[in-house]
Amino acid sequence: MSHSATPEQAVHREAVFRARGVTRVFTLGEVEIHALRGVDLDLYAGELVVLLGASGSGKSTLLNILGGLDSATSGEVFYRDRDLSRASEAELTDFRRHHVGFVFQFYNLIPSLTALENVAIVTEIAREPMPPAEALALVGLEERADHFPAQLSGGEQQRVAIARAIAKNPAVLLCDEPTGALDSATGVRVLEVLKDVNERLGTTTAVITHNAVIAEMAHRVVRLSDGRVSDVRINTQRKSPSELHW
Amino acid sequence: MRTLNVKLRRDLWTLKGQGLAIALVIASGIATLVMALASLDTLRLTQRSVYQSQRFADVFAELKRAPERIAERLIEIPGVAELETRVRAPVNVRLPGYDQPVTGLALSIPDGRQPELNRLDVREGRFPDPDRSDQALVSDAFADAHGLEPGDTLAIVIDGRFQQLTIQGIVLSPEFIYQVRPGDLLPDYERYAILWMNRSTLAAAFDMEGAFNSVVATVSPGQSPGRVVAGLDLLLAPWGGAGAYTREDQTSHRYLEDELTQLETIGTALPAIFIAVAAFLLNVVAARMIRNQREQIAVLKAFGYGNATIARHYLALAAVVVVIGSVAGLGFGLWLASLVAELYQQFFRFPWLEFRLRPQVVLTGIVIAGGATLLGTFGAVRQAFRLPPAEAMRPEPPARYRPTLMERLGIRGFSQPARIILRNLERHPWKSTLSVLGIALAVAMMMVTGFQVSAIGRMIDVQFRLVQKQDFTVTFTDPTSASAAHDLRGVPGVLYVEGFRTVPATLRHGHRSHRLSVQGYQADGRLLTLRDASLDPVQLPPDGILLTDRLGETLGVRAGDRLQVEVQEGARPVLTVRVAGLVREYIGIGAYMQRDALSRLLREGDALSGAFLAVDPREAERLPRVLEDMPRVAGVTGRERSIRVFDDLMDRSILVITFFSMGLAGIIAFAVVYNNVRIAFAERRRELATLRVLGFSHGEIRFILLGEVVLLTLLALLPGFLIGVGLSWLLTLGLQTDAYRIPFVLTPSAFALGAVVVLGATVLSSLFMLRALTRLDMVSALKAME
Repeated sequence: MSHSATPEQAVHREAVFRARGVTRVFTLGEVEIHALRGVDLDLYAGELVVLLGASGSGKSTLLNILGGLDSATSGEVFYRDRDLSRASEAELTDFRRHHVGFVFQFYNLIPSLTALENVAIVTEIAREPMPPAEALALVGLEERADHFPAQLSGGEQQRVAIARAIAKNPAVLLCDEPTGALDSATGVRVLEVLKDVNERLGTTTAVITHNAVIAEMAHRVVRLSDGRVSDVRINTQRKSPSELHW
Repeated sequence: MRTLNVKLRRDLWTLKGQGLAIALVIASGIATLVMALASLDTLRLTQRSVYQSQRFADVFAELKRAPERIAERLIEIPGVAELETRVRAPVNVRLPGYDQPVTGLALSIPDGRQPELNRLDVREGRFPDPDRSDQALVSDAFADAHGLEPGDTLAIVIDGRFQQLTIQGIVLSPEFIYQVRPGDLLPDYERYAILWMNRSTLAAAFDMEGAFNSVVATVSPGQSPGRVVAGLDLLLAPWGGAGAYTREDQTSHRYLEDELTQLETIGTALPAIFIAVAAFLLNVVAARMIRNQREQIAVLKAFGYGNATIARHYLALAAVVVVIGSVAGLGFGLWLASLVAELYQQFFRFPWLEFRLRPQVVLTGIVIAGGATLLGTFGAVRQAFRLPPAEAMRPEPPARYRPTLMERLGIRGFSQPARIILRNLERHPWKSTLSVLGIALAVAMMMVTGFQVSAIGRMIDVQFRLVQKQDFTVTFTDPTSASAAHDLRGVPGVLYVEGFRTVPATLRHGHRSHRLSVQGYQADGRLLTLRDASLDPVQLPPDGILLTDRLGETLGVRAGDRLQVEVQEGARPVLTVRVAGLVREYIGIGAYMQRDALSRLLREGDALSGAFLAVDPREAERLPRVLEDMPRVAGVTGRERSIRVFDDLMDRSILVITFFSMGLAGIIAFAVVYNNVRIAFAERRRELATLRVLGFSHGEIRFILLGEVVLLTLLALLPGFLIGVGLSWLLTLGLQTDAYRIPFVLTPSAFALGAVVVLGATVLSSLFMLRALTRLDMVSALKAME
């Protein structure tokens, strides 16, 4: 099944993130690496954006800055009316805790906690979370609630990670190569879950990947190269994950 | 290979924290070993060398008075190599500006020169002029205590006559290495003096012209000292001989031997405990450090490095740590050993110290500590080899976990962070047990040192508060009639007087014997309470003798056995006495009877050797002086003074050693806990970074990391206490000498010390870790695959 909704229909034009002239310079000894060279970007409420770029294009750096894991060297980053570029360490922690859901390439589950407990570890500190069991049901893993990560397949682990990310009802879901460690069939299953969550909960979702195929399921595709936004494209014809192959 | 060496250097730098902690444990273990054994060897060697070059006598005898011509017959005794007669006289000493009583012993030297036996080592000044009668030598301990120098003057009261003397020299004698007043346990250098005077001078003052009252002799090699003793006894009996005795019964030698025996126990037991603990920890810690390098080992293997090369690489890494630790331990141990040997100079006045460290001692330490480290390293490296390189390089699959035992039993309600801590501990039961055991051993070591402090306190308490209650003990020059006690009662300030009788005697049971003074006390005495094994008061039996349990053991007797008492005074009767029971004392040894029973046995009237006094505390300051000036009084000792002397010496010696042991145990405690935290951090790095990304604050992830460490420490307290109690008990078994027995007492402070130090080490390690936790890089930790 394919969606033909225009971005205007799918997305309210309210910007959740607003980045202007963001640069990020890493100093490694005597070498300066310019990872971002002035990025302007808006993320709108409810949209699913794919940030596409090759290795070294700066996409991970941008995601880290948006997620409050890193700070820009210059430029402004606003989350709604919150100025992330000037936030303190504690404010960034609070921001991550209550507003951002993360999904990582290597899942990063806590091995000593079961699927349900891996979700609960986030809901215990969140403000208005959904019950952990409900989050697991959303990713279709209610049956595996009492399994430890070692007892789950890679795809299942990633779905637990998604459940963990959405259980706090975050305003934004940031996914860093969520299918990078998975085979294509499993990857598709994970993308379906992401799409499903995006539609059902209306969570703004940003997926970074180097895999151009995945871009076809997005409302909007932002292409990064050499630390700059090189192209922004609106998908008039979104594909469903099941139609994607790589 | 050259690159591998570069890696070695860099790894060492990266692992410097952990490596340093391991090196510290090695250093502490080796330092303890070197300290104990080097000081012991030094004292032993010094003793031998001083005895030999100062020609310390083998046999000693005292008598009333014999004409000098008897000496010619004494020298004929088979087995005698050399023999020297002399005069010895008890004196009272008066020092200008010092108003406390000082007693002393004056010994004769051949006019103006060294004696043949027990030669003196001249510290300062020179021998008296042969024809001067107003010059003397004094012992260096006494001179030190009063800051005396050659040229200073003092006065002595000898046989009731006052004599002014100039100090000509300050000397040390092999006969008084342990310089203690007869009957005392500890030296009181301020109040007890040894003086040497020209024979002609001393003989004139003590009515010994052309006569002698003391004999010292050496025994020809291969000859039995026992025969010489018997020969002397036979020849001296008509002249009031008080029984000849060998070195084994010579006060200074006996105490020195006792102390060395005791030092041997501490010197082997304590370092053995230390080094065993250190070895155990090194094995564990080194293995864990290498296990964290699993991926690197795999990469090296993938490049085609052979197992042997890689093993050598990591063993070299460990070897550097061992070498650093060993060198530091050796240096520190030598310094401590010289310190300890110096401390022993407080008790034992050797003219010189012959410092010695046997290479075997150092080698043993290094082999044990180094061996344990290398073994731990080797085990871990071998484990890493078993994995195919491809597998080891792949990101480690999530470790298998399961709900903890508590959860399986249905105990719920843990928060997720608490679950993480508990499941981590339960997943590695062996590793957790080793950590707990390591920390427990650190607790135990602290307890052993703390125990010694409590035990000494207890020893003083029992001896000077439960057993002895008299304020002053007065001794008479000769056995005196009971009226002397009556005279003492008349002194203003004296509230109560109890006379006692002491008789020098050799106790014999079968082939075992011991020479001491039998004490006869008043039956209903209030100032001295003997105690049984549970410290309940024991009444003196109407007949029969009570022995301290240590003496009972030495002689191999129990209550009801019969004991031969060879009196070494007067008519020297040989008596048979029934052992009525054993009593407990921690300091010294004794044999006690009712005074009446003792008098009956000796067939003498009511004679006294001295008296215990209870006095008005307001008069305590003034009384010694008054008492000392009374006729027939030879000396006065105060109980408070004894306690002070004891405390003072303990403070300066045992407590100093204890302080160092404590420091070393503290270092070990810290090293164990610190390595625990370090490794836990390395293992959890990724997990903690993930939680930080998910919005956990610094405080919350601190709880997860440090919670585990604190929990391990808490779990270690109880086993630590148990091991500590066991080790302390073992130590009391080893520390049994005639001079004192360490009682087995564990005060709360010993437990507290153990707990406080490891908890302190935990807090300190945690503080070190906090910095690393704060700097935890979320982004890189998420990418890096361990």
